[in-house]
Amino acid sequence: MMAWRAAHGGRVDRSRPIEFSFDGRSYRGLAGDTLASALLANGVHLLGRSFKYHRPRGLLSAGSEEPNALVTVARDAARSAPNLRATQVEIYDGLRAHSQNRWPSLAWDLGSVSNWLAPLFPAGFYYKTFMWPRFAWHRWYEPRIRAAAGLGRAPVGADPDGYAQRFAHCDVLVIGAGAAGLAAAAAAARSGARVILCDEQAEMGGGLLDEPAAKIDGVNSAAWLKATIGQLGLQANVTLLPRTTAFGYFPHNMLGLCERLSDHLDAPPPDLPRERLWQVRAREVVLASGAIERPLVFPGNDRPGVMLASAARSYLNRYGVRVGSRAVVLAGSDAAYAAALDLQVGGVAVSAIADVRPEPSAPALAAARTAGIRVIQGATVLATAGRLRIRNVTLGTVRPGGTIGRGEILACDALLMSGGFTPSIHLHSQSRGKLLWREAERFFVPGATAERERSAGAARGLDGLGAALEDGTQAGLAAAAACGFRGSATPPLVATNELSSRGAPGALPQPGHAAPAKAFVDWQNDVTSRDLELAMREGFSSIEHIKRYTTTGMATDQGKTSGLNALGIVAHGSARAVPEVGLTTFRMPYTPVSFGVLAGYDRGQQFDPVRRTPMHDWASARGAVFEDVGMWKRARYFPQGAEDMHAAVARECRSVRGACGLFDASTLGKIEVVGPGATEFMNRMYVNNWTSLAPGRARYGVLLRDDGFIYDDGVVARLADDRYHVTTTTGGAARVLQLMEDYRQSEWPELKVWLTSTTEQWAVIAVQGPRARDVIAPLVAGVDLSAGALAHMSVARGTICGAPLLLFRVSFSGELGFEINVPADNGTAVWEAVYAAGQSHGITPYGTEAMHVLRAEKGFIIVGQDTDGTVTPDDVGLAWAIGKAKPDFLGKRSLARPAMRAPGRKQLVGLLSVDRSRLLEEGAQVVANAGQTPPMQIIGHVTSAYASPTLGHPIALAMVADGRARVGQTLFVPMPGGDIAVEVTSPVFYDREGAHLNG
Amino acid sequence: MADATAWLHPLPGATRLSFCGDEAAQDAAAAALGLPSSAMPCRAVSVGGRASLWLGPEERLLLAPLNERAQLLASLEAGLAGHAHSLVDISQRQLAFELRGPNASLLLNAQCPLDLALEAFPVDMCTRTVYAKSEIVLWRTAADRFHVEVWRSFSDYVLTLLHAVARELSARP
Amino acid sequence: MLLIHCPYCGPRPELEFSYGGEAHIARPSPPESVSADDWVAFLYLRANRRGLQAERWRHVRGCARFFNALRDTTTDQFLATYRCGEPRPDGGGSASP
Repeated sequence: MMAWRAAHGGRVDRSRPIEFSFDGRSYRGLAGDTLASALLANGVHLLGRSFKYHRPRGLLSAGSEEPNALVTVARDAARSAPNLRATQVEIYDGLRAHSQNRWPSLAWDLGSVSNWLAPLFPAGFYYKTFMWPRFAWHRWYEPRIRAAAGLGRAPVGADPDGYAQRFAHCDVLVIGAGAAGLAAAAAAARSGARVILCDEQAEMGGGLLDEPAAKIDGVNSAAWLKATIGQLGLQANVTLLPRTTAFGYFPHNMLGLCERLSDHLDAPPPDLPRERLWQVRAREVVLASGAIERPLVFPGNDRPGVMLASAARSYLNRYGVRVGSRAVVLAGSDAAYAAALDLQVGGVAVSAIADVRPEPSAPALAAARTAGIRVIQGATVLATAGRLRIRNVTLGTVRPGGTIGRGEILACDALLMSGGFTPSIHLHSQSRGKLLWREAERFFVPGATAERERSAGAARGLDGLGAALEDGTQAGLAAAAACGFRGSATPPLVATNELSSRGAPGALPQPGHAAPAKAFVDWQNDVTSRDLELAMREGFSSIEHIKRYTTTGMATDQGKTSGLNALGIVAHGSARAVPEVGLTTFRMPYTPVSFGVLAGYDRGQQFDPVRRTPMHDWASARGAVFEDVGMWKRARYFPQGAEDMHAAVARECRSVRGACGLFDASTLGKIEVVGPGATEFMNRMYVNNWTSLAPGRARYGVLLRDDGFIYDDGVVARLADDRYHVTTTTGGAARVLQLMEDYRQSEWPELKVWLTSTTEQWAVIAVQGPRARDVIAPLVAGVDLSAGALAHMSVARGTICGAPLLLFRVSFSGELGFEINVPADNGTAVWEAVYAAGQSHGITPYGTEAMHVLRAEKGFIIVGQDTDGTVTPDDVGLAWAIGKAKPDFLGKRSLARPAMRAPGRKQLVGLLSVDRSRLLEEGAQVVANAGQTPPMQIIGHVTSAYASPTLGHPIALAMVADGRARVGQTLFVPMPGGDIAVEVTSPVFYDREGAHLNG
Repeated sequence: MADATAWLHPLPGATRLSFCGDEAAQDAAAAALGLPSSAMPCRAVSVGGRASLWLGPEERLLLAPLNERAQLLASLEAGLAGHAHSLVDISQRQLAFELRGPNASLLLNAQCPLDLALEAFPVDMCTRTVYAKSEIVLWRTAADRFHVEVWRSFSDYVLTLLHAVARELSARP
Repeated sequence: MLLIHCPYCGPRPELEFSYGGEAHIARPSPPESVSADDWVAFLYLRANRRGLQAERWRHVRGCARFFNALRDTTTDQFLATYRCGEPRPDGGGSASP
């Protein structure tokens, strides 16, 4: 049933038929087919609807530049990839592909009514038509335009496929495995360089795959390819990456490659990733990315059956597929002749070659004459006809003087065009290399480089196979030599008479009075030559503005087929030279890249490291509910039975206040500051005076940045004359170490002091409550726990359950408290021992939520919750911590700035609702007078608010302007339900004298 | 191309000391440990079960068998008398494992951005670096063998990732 | 991803580094010796140059050292990297460390 398959020829495997479906209909193709070639073999030319006008579209190309034939390939509901180019989709048994952008069916698309309303949809239609009224935009226009003018749909479910990533390094990275790339890789590899060769196609060979008749070194191209690729594959210093697109050129010769691993398989093994991202750092890069044929711009040039000449040639020579039975070939370049000759031999009747150039080249004319193909000179195209497939073409005649006459109408089912080839300079341009305009050839080529790269072959405008092989060889040798590898290589020899691939960009001439038929420049974004002309008439002259206004070149194909034609039209229309018009930036990716491959391993549980404390499993087994703090999992509360969080937290708080609680504080950051300069270093870093702190004692430390604002806090213990154990907030550990290292290395390199993170060395078990001493006493050896010997804010070494112990007497709850530090491996055993020993005392494990409530009852701040980066020590009542006699510390100079002492600064206070019943919302604003309407005069905000089990009513901490002077006043917290009257109090709600703490 | 020919062994607990000091102190520490002095950046020196890994111009990671901790601390204390330095026990801050096999570097390069070719990362080279979002210390102990140190709370993340990469490399179309 | 020459470890990938802002901003010593305006300039005012800029980097996932670099902010190319305390290799900018 493959009526359009040629009897022989092509690189497909005729012994392996493949069944697949398109829009629900079954078809048969051959192994080696793309979806595009297989559909053409079945006579299917209608593959999609266009983006804006919903025009029927077929295949324009045979490669990755395809702007029309975007399809969705779905294995199942979750494995559905939209916007794939049918020209790059390899078929497998059971492949299901769907067209996009059509409803209800491809052949009957209701959206194409917008085609008839075309005058409503000119360039800039987004900006012009739908500006007003605003509500209509949101309610009506936008949703409908988005629904109509869309691409494929993203699957709704989570992506079940795996995606891999790899970093790689090489001496020479060669991009493109056509003639030039293969020659470059072979030459570089022979010199001994580490080489990576990647190519976007399933099979390496590039344009050579379309040239079965070419002879290289005396053998045909297929044999040469096999030998060359086989030889490269045997070399240990060469990595070959087919199905791999170099999509981005990043600074310092790092390139992003996307390797497709399983999309072409009918049954991918479960562990095989779908794609792999290669991040390749290359010492030298050879860009052998080839050239892309340009379409010709004429009315009706987007009908299915209108195709690039090189594509028709590729379908015939590579896939053994005839694109039609009767073709007309439009020649804007000699390359069209080469296609016409091959098609004629392959069984496609070529009615005529219509040459649109003023002066066709003599060798091309001679070749056509020899083949018996009629050539019409001085032609243009006035129109095409055919609803879902081209039926005929109306030619025009360009008379001397430029007037245009009507020419003949030629029946055809394929109209093949060649406007010449455009070098693929995308990656060179991405790397910030300069571009050079070649007036003779009428295209841009790579100019001065910014990175260590060079282009070779057609990518730098060279014409023909022989030139590509020679240039590739030289580029490969030069790149290897630049890495220090000397070698030599002889370029392969080619014996063919090649036709030129040059042409002129722009639109074909039309009569001045021509009807407004659409002549497309950018197929994917539906931009016509008239859109460009309209933009210029409306005053746009910069190509950057014209691009944005018309959207030409802004589709996912990045203007591969349209860029130069658009420039040609703008240059012609504004009577400027092309370089004066300029060129828009080539953006990455070269072809679209899946989100999956960029995310790689960063998904699900592996999105970020999940850090767990040594006692995590114990808490987990007890049903703890965890919360994320930075990357850490911390037990938030330990519900019992049917308790909700509120009930669990209340119970945990009461246990700490009444008996004893057990808390995992291992996540607190710990830094050991050691060296003879340790005390001086601490004096300069923290606000406190450390000189007066005796070994064995601890102090609450406050760290500012040099801007004078609180950065972190924590208990600091002096373990020895030259050794401090500094604790930080859980989230602040890394940034505090970074800040300390910065000053140590950059400002005070003369201090003999060093910093070591010990966060994970220690498991930290906080035992808090009036019974805390009784609980741990039987377990601890070598430490006198009495209040006299180990006062509040002390530290001692001993052992617990036989493990080395660093014991802190500290409290963040307001009760008698100890923090047991043991080496991490001992954490769980010691925890369990303490828990067992505490049973008779009513010990209760508690989580971070109860910890927050307890500290708020005591008015202890949490940096980052009660402070926000604009808060000084005095603002939160911590001025007492400052060592006032010290000559300097971080932030000292800033605290002396007038603004830091000005009246009106927000200060930490407590707030209680006047009726003692209302729990305030954290973040709520505070105002002085009730009944205001916005804009209100805001004087503060609530930073912490909890139900206090100890006090029996809600409490809150707040930052309020001149707050300390307002204690006793009534203020208001405006909420949607009305103002809440609040009384300003001290921030310390519990045990102001500290009797419990010092017990 | 890729074969899952790589093995991962957890390494037993060890004595790990973070040592910092100037060159004289470094020499004194090396002597106390019975190791040759070396100031070569990103290189480890090891004798028997003891090793000193260069992590920074003033920083070494000292590794020794678990049961040598007390002896090690005593000899370092004696040898370093008079030298300004910092010595901090971090034995339990991190865990170590060994990756070996011809594809060990391929497993690492899935998420470690360094060039691990033998010319670029020779035997005895060591450095702090990253594996995906985790910091690691990487030390090549033989052409096809790496010693990896990772902070304990990051070890699940790193090991899970390594296993995922190994599975993916052993899958074949 | 940039390739950055750490003055201690050699060329290493950007993933191992953290950025540290403009270099050669000396912290006034003693801080009380400068006016409030000068102190504010030290804290907040940066040149943010278009072109060659001396800036600080830290090889935080490597040797952990801070160092300085001359980088062209328009091209991302590094002219040089050098240790803290060493003068700007191109002699530009202020002479302070």
